[in-house]
Amino acid sequence: MSRIIINRRRFLTAAGVAVSTMPLVECDALDGMLSSDATVRNAMARANGLTYRVQRFLVGADSLAKEFSESEIRQGQKPNGSTDPTDSIYAALRDASFAGYRLEVGGLVDRPLSLSLDELRNMPSRTQITRHDCVEGWSCIAKWTGVPLAAVLDEAGAKSDARYVVFRCFDTMNLGLSGEVAYYESIDMLDARHPQTILAYGLNGAPLPVANGAPLRVRVERQLGYKMAKYVRSIELASDLAPYGQGNGGFWEDLGYDWYAGI
Amino acid sequence: MATAIDKQKHDIDMQRTTIRRHGLATRITHWIWAVALFFLLLSGLQIFNAHPSLYIGEQSGFAFDNSVLSIRAVRGADGNAEGLTTLFGRPIDTTGLLGVSGPEDSRAYQAFPAWLTVPSYHDLATGRVVHFFFAWLFAATFASWFAASLITGHLRRDILPTLSDIRGLPGSVVEHLRFRFHHGRSYNGLQKISYAVVLLGLFPLMFLTGLTMSPAMNAAVPWLTEIFGGRQTARTIHFVVMMLLVGFFAIHIFMVFAAGPINEMRSMVTGRYRIDGEATEGEPER
Repeated sequence: MSRIIINRRRFLTAAGVAVSTMPLVECDALDGMLSSDATVRNAMARANGLTYRVQRFLVGADSLAKEFSESEIRQGQKPNGSTDPTDSIYAALRDASFAGYRLEVGGLVDRPLSLSLDELRNMPSRTQITRHDCVEGWSCIAKWTGVPLAAVLDEAGAKSDARYVVFRCFDTMNLGLSGEVAYYESIDMLDARHPQTILAYGLNGAPLPVANGAPLRVRVERQLGYKMAKYVRSIELASDLAPYGQGNGGFWEDLGYDWYAGI
Repeated sequence: MATAIDKQKHDIDMQRTTIRRHGLATRITHWIWAVALFFLLLSGLQIFNAHPSLYIGEQSGFAFDNSVLSIRAVRGADGNAEGLTTLFGRPIDTTGLLGVSGPEDSRAYQAFPAWLTVPSYHDLATGRVVHFFFAWLFAATFASWFAASLITGHLRRDILPTLSDIRGLPGSVVEHLRFRFHHGRSYNGLQKISYAVVLLGLFPLMFLTGLTMSPAMNAAVPWLTEIFGGRQTARTIHFVVMMLLVGFFAIHIFMVFAAGPINEMRSMVTGRYRIDGEATEGEPER
């Protein structure tokens, strides 16, 4: 049996070569390929479509997100995104304690609706203690009360060619040069009819606070937080997302985030 | 002149035999993993930068403290921003690397520095695109490797440590610490155990903790968060496994250079590996 003897010089040479590979980690060169409309990025983003199809296959239509016990509510729901809309229509509604608020339901429906908060509260309700998972990585457990979106869709009578539910919101987001952009979001009919998908008007046993989306926000418990639009102004059923915003299905989606946020 | 004599002596000492060591599947999957893990790491750090704290349990404590690690920028006593890393409640000044980094005239206030993230600028959406693309590639490669290794016997023959590998472990560790490397037909005990830990332990753990962070998968497979002790614990484990893999990578690269980079590299590219001593005719590759 023989062996390779490593003396100090060989050791240092080897270590030096190994360390010298580290600056390869300089990745600015990749930035161009990954800019928002680059071919490489678009090709990679196709993996998100695969995730959507595989998860839709694996996750039963009605399988529920985990629900927690009261004792798990250890803090208020952390507000995120816009928390105090300054838009004038919203400000006027807020100053009147949302007395004049009406949820408009339209698009591909048989009976367009205009529902007051009292009317929404008098519809069937559901209360669930669930975990909110933000795309940033944090989680927060809270109790949400609201009307199942399915009940609203049934009342309006969704047409058979409706594929998406689009939420238009009161709050606008400042995008710098391009100015103010209204927040909007969309989900498919499968998520819209999920038993835990609710239009929430209550949080932790109290009316929904402004910071968390008063008077009405969406809960889509099997997706990430950015799907759960706050300050909902109207609901539109649509067969195509192209007419909304830049056509990607939501405010964050127009900025490059994936439309399906189940992961 | 001395080196020529040394070489001659060396050649006499050592009967060199070249064997085929790594099968095609091993070599292909090795290099796909190398590329995929590189991008998974750097895009993962981009994702981590969006909320640079780790917690234990189902949720992140904002009104209570269940964090084990946080990396942030704070205003120091002199008014300048400092990088502050808090690990198990202990504050560590990491200015220049974590929390606050970049050149003096254009400081970046983010957990991991720009040169460690893909893309280099703050872009969570693109970080996620890159991460999930390579996650699929990584998972597909693992599934192919596992299936192929079961069929060819590679898993049983070369990866799973035998009782004698485990018994010989102390000796193997001592040999490695003394930089004595025996180039044999098969992996030594230390190699087998470390490859088994990475391939059959850390890789599956990475997939499962990754899936545990998916709210849709939580609905499909509720026991996943249970076994990891909550979504945030799973996120923490995901991060810890990342650090273990980085540690493995550092040692792996070091060993390649220490044990003879040309021989090691050639075997991982062409499959041909020079071993010590003469090959016994008809001896099965073990």
